[in-house]
Amino acid sequence: MKRVYVNEKWCLGCHLCEYYCAFAGTNETDMARALKDIKINPKIKIEEHGDISFAVSCRHCDEPLCVKGCITGALTKKDGVITIDKERCIHCYTCILCCPFGAVSPSEDGAIQKCELCVKNSAGVPQCVRGCPNAAIVFEERG
Amino acid sequence: MAVDYIYPDYEIVRNYDRCITCRVCERQCANEAHRYLEDENKMICDDAKCVNCHRCVSLCPTKALKIVKTDHCFKDNANWSGKTIKEIYKQAGSGGVLLSSMGTPENYPVYFDKILLNASQVTNPPIDPLREPMETKVFLGSKSQTVRRDANGRLITDMPPHISLSMPIMFSAMSYGSISYNAHESLARAAEKLGILYNTGEGGLHEDFYKYGASTIVQVASGRFGVHVDYLNSGAAVEIKMGQGAKPGIGGHLPGKKIVGDISKTRMIPEGSDAISPAPHHDIYSIEDLRQLVFSLKEATGYKKPVIVKIAAVHNVSAIASGIARSGADIIAIDGFRGGTGAAPTRIRDNVGIPIELALASVDQRLRNEGIRDQVSIVVGGSIRSSADIVKAVALGADCVYIGTSALLALGCHLCRSCQTGKCNWGIATQREDLVKRLNPNVGYERLVNLVSAWQHEIKEMMGGMGINSIESLKGNRLMLRGVGLNEKELEILGIRHAGE
Repeated sequence: MKRVYVNEKWCLGCHLCEYYCAFAGTNETDMARALKDIKINPKIKIEEHGDISFAVSCRHCDEPLCVKGCITGALTKKDGVITIDKERCIHCYTCILCCPFGAVSPSEDGAIQKCELCVKNSAGVPQCVRGCPNAAIVFEERG
Repeated sequence: MAVDYIYPDYEIVRNYDRCITCRVCERQCANEAHRYLEDENKMICDDAKCVNCHRCVSLCPTKALKIVKTDHCFKDNANWSGKTIKEIYKQAGSGGVLLSSMGTPENYPVYFDKILLNASQVTNPPIDPLREPMETKVFLGSKSQTVRRDANGRLITDMPPHISLSMPIMFSAMSYGSISYNAHESLARAAEKLGILYNTGEGGLHEDFYKYGASTIVQVASGRFGVHVDYLNSGAAVEIKMGQGAKPGIGGHLPGKKIVGDISKTRMIPEGSDAISPAPHHDIYSIEDLRQLVFSLKEATGYKKPVIVKIAAVHNVSAIASGIARSGADIIAIDGFRGGTGAAPTRIRDNVGIPIELALASVDQRLRNEGIRDQVSIVVGGSIRSSADIVKAVALGADCVYIGTSALLALGCHLCRSCQTGKCNWGIATQREDLVKRLNPNVGYERLVNLVSAWQHEIKEMMGGMGINSIESLKGNRLMLRGVGLNEKELEILGIRHAGE
């Protein structure tokens, strides 16, 4: 299955992935209109310290602890993609505590949010990958 | 201090309606031209720090930025231009030689733009390269001038060493030190993939790149940095650099602060020591001396590698080329006055040397007149900007061209001409680790392959149009060229007729 992989070696810490991610979530057509004067809350986040930086988003684990921990069945794995059903989320944040990567976070409406590989928005393909200027984030099939 | 103030040449224009304060401009500018005001949630910029490299413009996700030439001006003066005045202020303040990078931006005639190509109509059919075979392969080196047979009448086929190229293009010399590790890796991998060669420049060959040896020209320049027998034998050819188009008669100087880590190791000089390439080779003061070095290098490489001698195009280039051909060199590389550089004194770059088109035509003619054209191949460089320039160069008599600036542009260079600062925002002309990583060789190599492949398609199209199906048939075929707006003398030197003739 194709997944988003990040390569710390090529990450410039430019944070563009975060903005493309936030933009993808809005389903707007113009980024300036969508993100002007907004503090973004992206599903991919840059971790950085000194000269080292890399992007972190959901790994879509083979044995996902967040799905295991979800008490309402809001998190499910479908065709390899772990998705969230916001209607069922009761904001208990067990998944946030479970995720060893810190890839799950609360959204503005209280329900949790996580990378769903842009399958649910109008973009269709992961926008962090498309927006990365140095191919540090790739969307590919690996063994 | 205020009396030293020079208004910046370029202004950064930010469309605040579109700026979402993502701060990518700030993070990506090594010159620190952009700044974020936390309390106002607003980006501001300092035009004086901007070198107009377009890194911020290219990465801005909302296209909120552009760079414009300032309309601030001095009083109109056809003699004392603003540029001249500013240079005087700069030198009055510093007392130093003005430094510049890349090829000269001055408005000298570009002869390639005054030469037009022929095409077949009616009586000799053009060829469609998509439907018929079209050969762009070239071999560089000394050609046999006679057919020799052994006692049994069989052909003797022991040729002098040659370079085989899939098309008449090579990447010109850019040293590891002047450009980054990742830029070198991109060039090496692209050359291998394309079946052409790249050139180490005079900084030696990084140990990681010996595996691309078959696609490498190893250079020996006046500083002899990084030269040892394994280095010489690792490449497909050895190039002796006598001169460079951007700075004929001038040596090089890589400051000690750039001689760190791998660069010090590759150049075989202590960390922190200045890498000074003398203006002359101190052991070459005549063609005979040059011949000694040519044969020393051939001896060191077992006569298996062709030797290239690279010179800058200067006034008596054809006489020099004739001498080089007789020195035993297999290939002559000529670099025109528009050639690029990582740093050169501005006055030298902008005032010394001659146009490559004229140099090429006169060298080719001279060698033909002397009956020694087959002894050497000719490679020309110094601002080859497109496939059309290549076709014209080949028709003027070149066997192959060197491309440097075009290759750097493919890697992301925006010709801001600030290489000498070492703060290249595109990760090319820098050794700062955080900047070098901006050039991902996986991306860079692919872009180089794209560019050169595209040019190959175009070369085939142009050849096909002329009814020529092999690049060898185009070489020196000046009947395929016509000049426009050129005077008698220029046409005579170029050896071409005027359009309409």
